[in-house]
Amino acid sequence: MPEPNGQPLLQLNNIEVIYDRVILVLKGLSLEVHKGQIVALLGANGAGKTTTLKAISGLLKPERGEVTDGSILYNGEPIQNQYPEDIVRKGIFQVMEGRRIFEHLTVEENLLVGAYTRRDRHNIRKDMDMVYAYFPRLKERRHQVAGYLSGGEQQMLAIGRALMARPRLMLLDEPSLGLAPLLVMEIFNIIKRINQEQGTTILLVEQNANIALQIADYAYIMENGRVVLDGTPEVLRENPDVREFYLGLTEVGKRKSYREVKHYKRRKRWLT
Amino acid sequence: METFIHLTVAGLTNGMILALAALGFVLIYKATDVINFAQGEFLMVGAYLIYAFIVQFGMPWTVSVVLTLALAVVIGVVVERFVLRPLIGEPIISIIMVTIGLSSLMRAIVSMIWGNQPKAMPPFIPSQPVRLGPAVVTADRLWAIAVAVLMLVLFALFFRYYKEGIAMRAVADDQQAAMSMGISVRRIFAWAWSISAMVAAVAGALVANIVGVGPELAGFGLRVFPVVILGGLDSIPGALLGGIIIGLIESYVGGYVGHGLHQVIAFVVLVLILMVKPYGLFGQERIERV
Repeated sequence: MPEPNGQPLLQLNNIEVIYDRVILVLKGLSLEVHKGQIVALLGANGAGKTTTLKAISGLLKPERGEVTDGSILYNGEPIQNQYPEDIVRKGIFQVMEGRRIFEHLTVEENLLVGAYTRRDRHNIRKDMDMVYAYFPRLKERRHQVAGYLSGGEQQMLAIGRALMARPRLMLLDEPSLGLAPLLVMEIFNIIKRINQEQGTTILLVEQNANIALQIADYAYIMENGRVVLDGTPEVLRENPDVREFYLGLTEVGKRKSYREVKHYKRRKRWLT
Repeated sequence: METFIHLTVAGLTNGMILALAALGFVLIYKATDVINFAQGEFLMVGAYLIYAFIVQFGMPWTVSVVLTLALAVVIGVVVERFVLRPLIGEPIISIIMVTIGLSSLMRAIVSMIWGNQPKAMPPFIPSQPVRLGPAVVTADRLWAIAVAVLMLVLFALFFRYYKEGIAMRAVADDQQAAMSMGISVRRIFAWAWSISAMVAAVAGALVANIVGVGPELAGFGLRVFPVVILGGLDSIPGALLGGIIIGLIESYVGGYVGHGLHQVIAFVVLVLILMVKPYGLFGQERIERV
């Protein structure tokens, strides 16, 4: 595992995000991603995970969202509130939630669109072969219209399309969404391989805390627009709150008692 | 037989010009989801521009064509930048209303500059008679068909193989996802409007060569609707085929039946086809996996 020392590749300092000038979604969120790491960002629905990714990638802008406070540093350079096309050119690529492949384009055209910002056109063929090596199923279907791929294949295409941009930092939003458990395993194994073989740094948003903690080097847990807990997966896995609320584990063989109901209160402690 | 060939050539010429006008319409709809009610006015402006350069300024037709195309691109970009861009994110109906306003504005500007009288245009495309089996047709009509086919082939290739063309289709599919790929949606919109204005100008020049220029050329905008709805609002091959079908039907009905029926026959066909294929012949059906 790469050592988290020196300047982080990505640093969010106390950022605040407001939608439509009134809705405060992120309330002073800070996190760091170091080069070569896989960092997981976990949390319940509505915690602000996707907003965090969009704040980084610039996709807040078309949704009338804005980073109103704090800073987002990429390689030490502030990048908040820039256009997504400028941020992609800097090497940050977001794989959006729900796959969002171009349904009426073929698999191969989808991959070409992923390489839209590339200047070295002659390497694109080679990278396409690399994507096909990671996802052989895409190669079989490369001339098919992407809308008719299965959910798993679409997720593979979404990740492959991101690879075509050769990003240094990949933001993955819920890659497990709507996929069968076996497929989730397969996709996460490939994410890990991409991280190791291509040296791509990954910031991963997940609901499925269990699998995310298996491949992550470091993890943050968000609630209500801020980070409430962070640490290495080993540390987080031992945390009783994480075990209960995110991993769904309780002490084996223990009888359900009134005391467990009170755990709900302990969760509240984080919110204040 | 002779009449048939005449009607066929006339129908094909009209159909091809309709297809070009429809192509501009489809481009904008495909990339930006906007139904452009000013498409006919773009065509009319193209016709007046070529008239101005050839007749009023006395330039050679090659230079005139280049200048007309260049100006059309400028008009497309200006319209996108100052009329459409401020409306990004607004309800689609407002944008459509704005294109209707734009069409009145363009018509008004044209009549301010050139007046309301139709003007004759000395044909700049060679129009010597050509023997086609038993019939004799003029070469300008064949040229119009050739130019239109060439344009349509170029666009099909553009959308299939060129980076910006594929990006345009991606934007049409999912704007936000396209942004996440680093595609500048504003730039793609500008591309769509300027290409569309250019295609309309080519169609305008072809029409001007055959029938002269006048404000009634804007009526092509209305005639495009049966074509695009028949072919599918977002389909380029559909625009081509729809244009040919409507052009031929109008021509045959005008020639064999007469009584002004050719002016409404397109809409009759339109209704019949929509009853069978609601997305048009080639329109994109919404993909739903089950």
